[in-house]
Amino acid sequence: MAWVNAIIQGVLIGGLYALFACGLSLMFGVMKVVNLAHGDLAVLAGYIAIGIIAVVHVPVLLSFVVVVPVMAALGYVVQRTMIQSALDRSVLTTLMVMLGLSVVIENGLLQFFTANTRGIGTGLSLITASFSIGSQIQIAYLLVVIFATAVVVLLGLQFFLSRSKYGRLIRAVADDREAAQLAGADYRHVFGIAAAIAFGTVALGGIAYGMYSQLNPTAGTDTILLFAFAAVVIGGLGSLWGTLLGGVVLGVAQQIGAQISISDEALAGFIVFLAVLVVRPQGLISRRAQS
Amino acid sequence: MSLATDTTARQAGTFRVTRSRRNVAWTGAGALIVVVVLALFPYIVYSGTTAILVQAFIVLTMSSMWNLLAGYAGLVSVGQQAFVGLGAYFVLILAIHGTSPFAALPVAAIGCGVAALPLWWLVSRLRSGYFAIATWVLATTVLLIIEKFSSIGGGTGMPLPGLSGYNPALLTAYTYWAALAVTVAALAAIYLLLRSRLGLVLTAIRDDEVAARSSGARVGLARMLVFVVAGIGCGAAGGVLAISQLQVQPTAVFTVVWTAEMAFVTIIGGLGTIEGPIVGTVVYMVLQQTLASYNAWYLIIFGLVAIFVALFARRGLWGLVDSRINVRLFPVGYWLRLDTDRPRRLRLRAPRG
Amino acid sequence: MTGPADGGRSESGAPLLEARDLTVHHGQLRALDAISLRVFPGEVYAIIGANGAGKSTLLRTIAGLHHPSTGSVWFDGTDVTRLRPERRAGQGIVMVPEGRRLFESLSVEENLQVGAAYARQGPWTIERVYETFGWLRERRKQLAAQLSGGEQQTVALGRALVANPRVLLLDELSLGLAPVVVQRIYGMLPEILATGLTVLLVEQDVSQALRVASHIHCLLEGQTTLEGRPAEVTADQVEAAYFGLAGAAPAGPPGREGEP
Repeated sequence: MAWVNAIIQGVLIGGLYALFACGLSLMFGVMKVVNLAHGDLAVLAGYIAIGIIAVVHVPVLLSFVVVVPVMAALGYVVQRTMIQSALDRSVLTTLMVMLGLSVVIENGLLQFFTANTRGIGTGLSLITASFSIGSQIQIAYLLVVIFATAVVVLLGLQFFLSRSKYGRLIRAVADDREAAQLAGADYRHVFGIAAAIAFGTVALGGIAYGMYSQLNPTAGTDTILLFAFAAVVIGGLGSLWGTLLGGVVLGVAQQIGAQISISDEALAGFIVFLAVLVVRPQGLISRRAQS
Repeated sequence: MSLATDTTARQAGTFRVTRSRRNVAWTGAGALIVVVVLALFPYIVYSGTTAILVQAFIVLTMSSMWNLLAGYAGLVSVGQQAFVGLGAYFVLILAIHGTSPFAALPVAAIGCGVAALPLWWLVSRLRSGYFAIATWVLATTVLLIIEKFSSIGGGTGMPLPGLSGYNPALLTAYTYWAALAVTVAALAAIYLLLRSRLGLVLTAIRDDEVAARSSGARVGLARMLVFVVAGIGCGAAGGVLAISQLQVQPTAVFTVVWTAEMAFVTIIGGLGTIEGPIVGTVVYMVLQQTLASYNAWYLIIFGLVAIFVALFARRGLWGLVDSRINVRLFPVGYWLRLDTDRPRRLRLRAPRG
Repeated sequence: MTGPADGGRSESGAPLLEARDLTVHHGQLRALDAISLRVFPGEVYAIIGANGAGKSTLLRTIAGLHHPSTGSVWFDGTDVTRLRPERRAGQGIVMVPEGRRLFESLSVEENLQVGAAYARQGPWTIERVYETFGWLRERRKQLAAQLSGGEQQTVALGRALVANPRVLLLDELSLGLAPVVVQRIYGMLPEILATGLTVLLVEQDVSQALRVASHIHCLLEGQTTLEGRPAEVTADQVEAAYFGLAGAAPAGPPGREGEP
């Protein structure tokens, strides 16, 4: 029964991973940008939330309402300025700029918040409480909420991409940037919107992570980025639900690994990632074969 | 005036292809003098200075390797710390079994070269961005696996055996010479590699991969060779790191900060030239020494400078110098010398990015 | 060429689209050498020439995808040389690119919707495209990637039309399509022109171009070798201009006479 519990935990935490992964997948699918600073952005959002709660004393749930749009706006600006300039130059420049951004954010956070871990406390008993099924299965309410949030976000994203004008434009620009230009679309603006969505969703993930676990400045690169990337690869690029599936598979693999030995949690996930890379590099659900 | 019309117009004359504009014998002699002077340092300067120089040599070796990967083979790796760590651990393992860490260095380097093969197999099919993160994941995986073995220190690390018998002053000198030797060997290897046929293949790949393939160049093989060489180089640097720190601690040797430093030093100094990492290392050391007491600040500023240089001075500091005075300390390009007047440069190497 | 210098075209007013001394480089290669042309309202202006002559480069430069090294592009009396492609589309210069270039992961209808996203006011709507190209309506939910070449070309044409262009640029419409299909697509031109459009097209198939064009412009290695009305040029003249044989009457700056 402990295994069933592990699997359930893994599935639920897959939701959090999906939140991290969808922004990474979007930026790569649309702009061909591998955002090495992606994880650090999540951590940054978490720390901003901590800062806001400490200064203004708003309820935690309200911090979402502030931080997510702020991060989304930041995403648009960063994309239109830094990332676009890098894209205009070369792939290497883009990678270096993103790496530079990652280093700057991480060390900036280290400098101001020190390496100590922080959590986003809510004072709500809901957050720490859990319910049981049988004697061996214990599920934290928070985790269920996070998973539900991830599903809602993905549904919203899918609706946006398939039904709205800008969703179509994003898909069109991803397919053929030049043809979109010829149809009158400024692809830099469309890129900006995609980046805004990516930054916004990863901010959501970062705050959720701060509530579920502890934040520390290096978590962005130690865990979040690599897990997000693993989820994208396992699930397959180009598919939103693929990132959820990838997150779930990653989460389950990790929890099973933890059952074997508590220190093997992350390792188990990466081994599954490497296996997928070797056996089926296009992922489990792929709309486009990864070249 | 195109080259074609130029050469046909001078049909009566001849031309030849040379390696450099001036006689490089003097640069070779100069390099030798520099190395000899550096080798004498332990007799001349305080051990504090040699310790700083050891750090500089480590960074220079790693950056030169990263430059080889990214600037010549087009492989942007964010996982080179895997080899830094493996090099350190190979030295540790050999030292635990009784070998002197200094003697273990070359063996560790070769061990890293061998380890590079399966790692290459895992990531070789991936393109740029994916390749970058996949190498990072790979490095983290190697770290996690190594941390499981408590006999080599587990998650907390352990001191490096075999060094306690040395006189401290002698130890710093030996460490310094080991670092110097590794750096000289690394730069020499890269220089010779790029002047060889492999270097020609790499330049061809960099300029136009499809054309290179259809001309018969073994692109995959060339890239693999470069990856292995970079693995050996970073591994050697990792071994020196272990010796200089007198201990091997997993999160310290496997941290991605090494790759960030390699990348930034190369970008700032100048990608795609052998001189670039040298310039970049100087900048890095200056920054680090002046800001040392402010810990994270030097990395923040370093990162900002790297971003700035990547966007606005793509050929780096050496590139700025190079375009003005047109000197190569390490000539790996070709010159076309017509039998009249000044030779005109046949630019077979174009900077990347 | 007989008759007044520009065949009486300027009697219809000022040119709608004009290229003045366009020189375009691809790296060090000079693709276009001081090319000038004028397209008047209501015309079907065809650019012909062999592979590599610079035809597509010329069209792409007019659309804004290439920057000329020297020279300018004028639209309706305004210098648009500095304008980005999407802005030119907004002004009314819309191109159907070579090779269709549909959005493969989007459906037929979505492709048209993207074309209409920044459309100008005008007679063309998605509904009108469905009426003009009858079969599109039933297949509108299908993915663009699943259509045949000719069907894709029609959708690409429709996507350009819904933007309500004033000048429609057609780049190699016939590429990769069966002659019957090509005929059918070109057969739609009169209906398109009837809504007040002007057409500037690039075509490899010379006889097809001669059939539909009101004005012909032949390029060879980036230079103009022939210009005029189809009725006024002989087959021999066209052949000579196309291949650069002796006897061609260059209409551009003097140069390549006698060279193969």
